[in-house]
Amino acid sequence: MRLSELPKGSPAVVDRVDDAHASDPIAQRLRDLGFVDGEPLRVVAIGPMGGDPLLIQIGSTRFALRRAEAARVSVRVEVAA
Amino acid sequence: MSASTLKIALVGNPNCGKTALFNQLTGGRQKVANYAGVTVERKEGRFTAPSGRVLQLLDLPGTYSFEANSPDEQITRDVCAGNYPGETPPDLIVCVADATNLRLHLRFVLEVKRLGRPVVLALNMMDTARQRGIVIDVPQLQERLGLPVVETIAVKRGGARALIERVDGEVPAAAPVQADDAASRADLHAQVRELLAATVTMPRATAVIDDALDRWTLHSVFGLMILAVVMFLVFQAVYSIGKPMTDLIGDGFGWMGAQAAALMPAGPLQSLVTDGLFGGIGTVLGFLPEILVLFLFIIVLEESGYLPRAAFLLDRLMLSVGLTGRSFIPLLSSFACAIPGIMGTRSIQDPRDRLATILIAPLMTCSARLPVYALLIGAFIPTRRVFGVFNLQGVVLFALYLAGILGAMAVGWVMKHIRRDKSEHALLMELPSYRLPKVRDVAIGLYERGAIFMKRLTGVILGLTILMWFISTFPSPPEGATGAAIEYSFAGYIGRALHYVFAPIGFNWQISLALIPAFAARETAVAALATVYLVGGEASGLGQALAGQISLASALSLLVWFAYAPQCMSTLAVIRRETDSWRNVAISFGYMFVLAYAASFVVYQVASALA
Ligand SMILES: Nc1nc2c(ncn2[C@@H]2O[C@H](COP(=O)(O)OP(=O)(O)O)[C@@H](O)[C@H]2O)c(=O)[nH]1
Ligand SMILES: [Mg+2]
Repeated sequence: MRLSELPKGSPAVVDRVDDAHASDPIAQRLRDLGFVDGEPLRVVAIGPMGGDPLLIQIGSTRFALRRAEAARVSVRVEVAA
Repeated sequence: MSASTLKIALVGNPNCGKTALFNQLTGGRQKVANYAGVTVERKEGRFTAPSGRVLQLLDLPGTYSFEANSPDEQITRDVCAGNYPGETPPDLIVCVADATNLRLHLRFVLEVKRLGRPVVLALNMMDTARQRGIVIDVPQLQERLGLPVVETIAVKRGGARALIERVDGEVPAAAPVQADDAASRADLHAQVRELLAATVTMPRATAVIDDALDRWTLHSVFGLMILAVVMFLVFQAVYSIGKPMTDLIGDGFGWMGAQAAALMPAGPLQSLVTDGLFGGIGTVLGFLPEILVLFLFIIVLEESGYLPRAAFLLDRLMLSVGLTGRSFIPLLSSFACAIPGIMGTRSIQDPRDRLATILIAPLMTCSARLPVYALLIGAFIPTRRVFGVFNLQGVVLFALYLAGILGAMAVGWVMKHIRRDKSEHALLMELPSYRLPKVRDVAIGLYERGAIFMKRLTGVILGLTILMWFISTFPSPPEGATGAAIEYSFAGYIGRALHYVFAPIGFNWQISLALIPAFAARETAVAALATVYLVGGEASGLGQALAGQISLASALSLLVWFAYAPQCMSTLAVIRRETDSWRNVAISFGYMFVLAYAASFVVYQVASALA
């Protein structure tokens, strides 16, 4: 599932970040910011206009990502153990 | 002495507290310049360590990664690596990390370490970390990182003592240089996880207060309502606190001018001193209270962490007109004055988004337009009630503010569609924790912005007032002349020449003439009109004179002109400086001239037809 499709509030884990095109700086930056395999995250807020941008809680940080940016992140929803 | 100077570079992720630490160490004394050819700020300060050694401190722009995405980050990387031309490599890098967010910040620490230069890690915000029950095993962290680690509280007096002692001591040995490739970059995250697991215990990933506040401030409905209320209160405060002070200053200087006039014989010199000197200084200083009040609120909101939330709420709207949520803060500043607003666009790292913001910032209704609006609205718009509650004068003023904002949106939208670079530019904005603003940081911020405004404007306005006085006084009218003296002066000739250009939008030659000083500083148009209509500085007298001389259509056209016209040289000068390009100055001047002329033309023609 893409991060942009993740419902608000449900916990998930990053799978990987895909480049939208060759040498995609936005994807690289997402990886540098910690969107890497196994990192837990959550959508904590959704922008009031057109549901954009999204506010993502990852680790102790909150990042505002536009939907197009969030669509690069593929996540998996892990069943709580 | 210079032999024992140690050059220290401060680096870290945005919001780690670098600037607070810099201010703590240097007491806020700093030299701000630009890196050659780019508009990235270079902030340098010095302080003397207990040993007597002078430490030179460089505050580098906040950076997430050396895989640079913006000019700021490139410079930070190059300066740290010691290969930025014209900058001697730092002797020591102090890497600042937010102790409450080590998962993000430690990765950059590891990246800095790989440069193979001496590094000290400052774990900042230790006060907040303790409050939140975060425990960091510093000796263990130091051991595993292979770097000296000190704890700091940048906002507390003496909170940097451990850091000062450490940098005053022996320079630590550098780690070996490591190659930078994709595989080793990915590995950094694994290292961070290991470090965190071994050295940090965190009861909770986020601050309770942040979660609670964000639930409201970012709410789709309440968030926007809170934003609207906050903005309303800010502007209300600007007028209710700033305006009386402004009037007081204006009156004070008027009184001083009158005192000085009493000591001098009547004549041109007397009018230079009273109208030019005291009037001019009074006008400039008069803006200061309103501007400072607005900046006070902006800085407090910024420091508290609220403004990035506003940027989040408005990003979508801004994006639709070719901007970014980040544009919100500089545009808000532009309601005080476009100059600090344009300088504030430095917080937008993306060059394209930054330029777009710079180009539309002058359309925000700055405080310098208000005296002109007040004069014309007072003279031409009746104080009638509309819909039973609103005062028509207030409605017109509001409409002018709205005209500026809608104009800016339209211009942004057009720019978005004609610019060549249509690629996706990221938002990727970190929302910092909420904090109680610290008095000292607010004071420093306020002082910095106030000083920018004063420096830019004082010289220009004074010079122009004197020039204006000169061209409207000389040459003197010939013997037996019947008209006003100004008609025979240089100003009279210039005004009549300009009249050809401005007649289609309803300006007479006197107004055309007043546009010249208005180009230096909008508010001086009022004084210039007073000069040409031969009335004293009293606004009511000038209002009556105007109402008798020009039509309502002309007055409306003039209001619209002031909303859009390319005015104030200082703004153009700052665009030149901030973008390092005359082309952008030309674009900015050109589009605003066309916009203002077209809008005034329509207003004048329609209003004339209806009258
Ligand atoms: N409680 C606390 N707040 C801090 C500390 N250091 C910085 N801050 C606050 O953190 C915010 C960001 O700091 P700033 O110096 O602007 O960060 P920069 O982006 O790295 O320059 C400001 O509101 C500071 O007042 C600290 O040690 N403790
Ligand atoms: Mg800073």
